[in-house]
Amino acid sequence: MDIHEYQAKELLAGFGVAIPRGGVAYSPEQAVYRASEIGGSRWVVKAQIHSGARGKAGGIKVCSNEDEVRQAAKMLLGKRLVTHQTGPEGRVVHRLYVEAAVPIEREIYIGLVLDRKSERIMVVASAQGGMEIEEIARNAPDTIVREVVEPAVGMTAFQAREVAFGLGLTPAQVSRAVTTLLGSYRAFRDLDATMVEINPLVVTNDGQVLALDCKMTFDDNAMFRRPNVSELRDYAEEDPREAQAAEFGLNYVALDGNIGCIINGAGLAMATMDMIKHAGGAPANFLDVGGGASPDRVAAAFRLVLSDPNIDAMLVNIFAGINRCDWVAQGVVQATRETQLKIPLVVRLAGTNVEEGRKILKESGLPIITADTLAEAADRVVASLPASRKAKASAGNGQ
Amino acid sequence: MSILIDEKTPAIFQGFTGDKATFHAKESIAYGTNVVGGVTPGKGGTRHLDRPVFNTVKEAVRATGATASIIFVPAAFCADSVMEAANAGIRLVVTITDGIPAQDMMMVKRYLYRFPKERRTTMVGPNCAGVISAGKAMLGIMPGHIYSRGPVGLVTRSGTLGYEAASQMNALGIGQTTSVGIGGDPINGSSFVDMLKLFEEDPETEAVVMIGEIGGPQEAEASLFVKENMTKPVIGYVAGLTAPKGRRMGHAGAIISAFGDTAAEKAEIMRSAGLIVAPSPAELGSTVAEALAKKPSKRKMVPQ
Repeated sequence: MDIHEYQAKELLAGFGVAIPRGGVAYSPEQAVYRASEIGGSRWVVKAQIHSGARGKAGGIKVCSNEDEVRQAAKMLLGKRLVTHQTGPEGRVVHRLYVEAAVPIEREIYIGLVLDRKSERIMVVASAQGGMEIEEIARNAPDTIVREVVEPAVGMTAFQAREVAFGLGLTPAQVSRAVTTLLGSYRAFRDLDATMVEINPLVVTNDGQVLALDCKMTFDDNAMFRRPNVSELRDYAEEDPREAQAAEFGLNYVALDGNIGCIINGAGLAMATMDMIKHAGGAPANFLDVGGGASPDRVAAAFRLVLSDPNIDAMLVNIFAGINRCDWVAQGVVQATRETQLKIPLVVRLAGTNVEEGRKILKESGLPIITADTLAEAADRVVASLPASRKAKASAGNGQ
Repeated sequence: MSILIDEKTPAIFQGFTGDKATFHAKESIAYGTNVVGGVTPGKGGTRHLDRPVFNTVKEAVRATGATASIIFVPAAFCADSVMEAANAGIRLVVTITDGIPAQDMMMVKRYLYRFPKERRTTMVGPNCAGVISAGKAMLGIMPGHIYSRGPVGLVTRSGTLGYEAASQMNALGIGQTTSVGIGGDPINGSSFVDMLKLFEEDPETEAVVMIGEIGGPQEAEASLFVKENMTKPVIGYVAGLTAPKGRRMGHAGAIISAFGDTAAEKAEIMRSAGLIVAPSPAELGSTVAEALAKKPSKRKMVPQ
C-alpha cells in the first residue's frame, strides 16, 4: 500500500525526522491560507499523487507571493499528471501540499528497503540525491553506501554514523542525519513498511538536515495490525477495477491486451499469460480467483474482467486442487448466462472432478470452446479473436 | 527415496480442528501420510479424526514423537506457530497460510537460526501448496492423484503451476520423487537452493524441475548453485513474461522492482548457468522428457 508524500512526512516526523513546515490544501484558498500560516517569503506547492518524478511532470511549483500560490493551486488541482510511474493515463490531482521553500546546499538519497537477498531491512544511501536510485546506480554506483540491519537488535547508532560519515557530512550534520536514519528505521519497523525513501534529504545553507520528499510503502499483509496506517489509503489513487476485485478476494491487475483471463493461482495465471503471448495474443489482465473458487466468485470474476472495454475474448484456465471442476463449470455457465456473454469464451479445466466439469459445460448448450491443455487453450483463444482484433493483440505485445 | 517426508514420517497438524485443517488432514491420511495427531490450544485431551489433540506442540512431540508439522493457523498467529514447532524440536514445518507479514518472517528466520544445524527446523512456505512425496505422503493442499512415483524432483513457487508441471509429466509417463512448493512470498522459509541440495543428495531423484517467477534474487542464486554444485540435470522455467514493472502479480513476492527481477532476465541467467529452460509453460513435460532421454540412466551406466 502506498501513501501520499505529506502523509509519509507526518508519520516520519512522529519518529523524529526533521521536515520543512507545511500543510495540506484541497482548494486555492486553503493553499494561500497554508502559505500565510507557514510564513516566510517562498513556498513550494506540490501535487499529491502516488508517484515520483512529479517535478518533471509540472506538479511542483515554487511561488514567491500569495497570488502565485493561488495560481499554482488553481492550475494543479484537477490536473492530470503523467509521469513514467503513472502510465500514460496519468493521475488526477485532488490534494496539494504547501511547504516552506528551503535554501539547499546539498541533496542526499536515503532509502530503507526490505532486502530479499539478506532477508533483512537494508539502508541504501548516496551523496548524489535528487535523482532516482536506479539512475544513481547507473551513473554513480560508487557513491552508494549500504548497511544491513540485524533484526533482533535494530539499527544501531554506529551503523547510522557509518552511513552518515560515508556520505561526507560534517560532524554537526552527521548527528542530524543519524536522527533521521534511526527515526526512519523505527518508522519502517513499527509501521510494517516495505520501503521508506527520503529523496532528497537536504542540507540547508544554515546547516539543517531536512527531508524534502518522502515516500513510504507498506506491507499489505500487516495492515490488519496498523489501523492508523491503513486508514491513510486513498482509493482515488487505485484502479477502480482492482479495488472492486479486492472486495471479492480476487487478485486483479489491468494490462493493455484484449484477452480477458480468469485463472486460479498466481503462478499458473502468469504462465497462462505467457502462453497467450507465445500464441500471438496479448492478455488484458492478470486475475487469480484463488483457491476456493465458488460459482459466485467465478461470476464476480467474469463481471470484473468484462468491465474492461478492450476485451475481445475470454480465457478461463482452472487447475483444480482444493477446487472442484464441476463447481467451477457451474460458475462459468451461470456467469455466461448472467452476463449474456457475446464474445468467444475458451475454458480449460484440469484436476479434481474434471470429467464432471466438462460434462456441465457441454450440456449447457452454450457456445463455449473447450480445451484440454494449456497450449490448446492459448491457441484457441487467440484463434477465436475476430480478424480485425488480432493485429491489436499482437501490437499490445510490444508494451 | 524422496526428500523431506515419506510414509513413515510422523506428522502433526497445527490448528488441527479448524475446517481447512480437518479437510486436508483427511486427504493426507487417505493418501497414506502418518498423521499422529494435532495441536489446537484449549482442546488438548480431546480426539479429532480418531487422533489425539494437544494444547502445545511440545506435548504433541513428547507423546507422539512427531518430527513434521503442517500449519493451518491464521496469518496473524502463524509466526508464533512456526517458532513453537521449532522450539519443540519439529524438523520440518510446512506453512500453507497466505498473508504473513514480511517482518514476521524476518523474525521467524532469525529464530530458526538460533538452533544448531543438527537440530535446526526446515521451514517450507509460507503461502505454498506444501510437500508431497509421490505415493508415500502428503503434507499440503495439492490434489494427490495428479502425482505418481518416478525420478523427477519438482520445486516451484506457485502451487497450481506445480500441478500443471506434474500433470504434463504424468501425461508422458514421468513421475516424481517429491514435489515442494516454496511459496510466493518475498521471504520464504526454504529457498530453491535448500531444496536443490536435498534433491542432489537424494539417490532416487535423477532430474529436477525448478519453476520460478518474477521478483527477487532466488532464481539467480539457485542457478549459480546448479552451475557449481549439481550433477543432475535441472529444467527451469520462470513465469511472468508479460508482467509489467512495479505491479504485484498476486503473490506478495511477484513484483519486478530491481535489475534481474524480470522473467526474461531470470531465464537468461538460468540458461547461462546450464539449466535447460522450457521454451513455454506448455512444454514443461516435454522438456523434462528430452532431458531424461539424453541423460544415461544409472542402471545402464557402464562402470568406469
